[in-house]
Amino acid sequence: MLDSLFPTGWSSFLIGGLMIGVGVGLMFLMFGRVVGLSTFFTSSWSWLSKKPYFHQSTFIDSRSWRLWCAVGLVCGAFIWKVLFGAEFNADTSVSPILLVIGGMLVGYGSRLSNGCTSGHGICGLSSLSIPSLGAVAIFMAMAIGTAHLVTYFLGS
Amino acid sequence: MKIKELFFMLLGGAFFGFGLAYSGMIIPEVVLRFLNFKDFGLMLVMGGAVLVTTLFYQLLPRLIAKPLLGGKFDKRSAIFDRKLVIGAAIFGIGWGLCGVCPGPAIAALGVGNFKMLWVLAGIFLGAYIQGRQTIRS
Repeated sequence: MLDSLFPTGWSSFLIGGLMIGVGVGLMFLMFGRVVGLSTFFTSSWSWLSKKPYFHQSTFIDSRSWRLWCAVGLVCGAFIWKVLFGAEFNADTSVSPILLVIGGMLVGYGSRLSNGCTSGHGICGLSSLSIPSLGAVAIFMAMAIGTAHLVTYFLGS
Repeated sequence: MKIKELFFMLLGGAFFGFGLAYSGMIIPEVVLRFLNFKDFGLMLVMGGAVLVTTLFYQLLPRLIAKPLLGGKFDKRSAIFDRKLVIGAAIFGIGWGLCGVCPGPAIAALGVGNFKMLWVLAGIFLGAYIQGRQTIRS
């Protein structure tokens, strides 16, 4: 049963998830911040664009620490690679076309709904937010359906 | 920006990025295997992260008056409206196409997966389009 659900084991998934929670929890402990990651992609535009939307105080006030959090994400993944990832092959078989189009929909959709896997998923569920639970149910269902369609038409 | 703020945001992000890498979530193929019901490990990533974060979010405000470095404990507010439904649906389609969501797109640069620049460019572009077409509230 466990083997069929988790053919590649379960411990690395669980430990990784717990570490993510520690990171999100730490930012709450120190600053009281509920940090989702998709807002970074809007707040950072305030450095480049003069559009009023990007200059709302919610983006201007948070753009610096959101940038540092993003730098931290890169550093954390780098530390993992140094410690455990000597054999890690950093490549993907997903085509650049799918990466760009998928990325655009991810960016547009997560910002429209004001949350992604971390914002609605981790932060929203941990805040016991019913609207976020709804968002998670919707994006999971759509992602599962889309991935099955892609596999059906393009192969896995 | 104070040095303490910079340090702890970096540290919080680093735990997050380390966890994303350790769990394999920065590998699009791992995410797509999950979405195709071939490996349910990602449920444990989300479950583990939500478990720990829930403890922090629900217990800390009862234990201490304010965050250690000042300010107040934020509360995440979301409204179940048209934008949330449509946005979540579009996000889900994108995630199902590429197997990458915003956190892993950023973190994957740290392990040298520079193909993720395609996703990052897409996310930035999508966020820009969303911002441009939204009237300032």
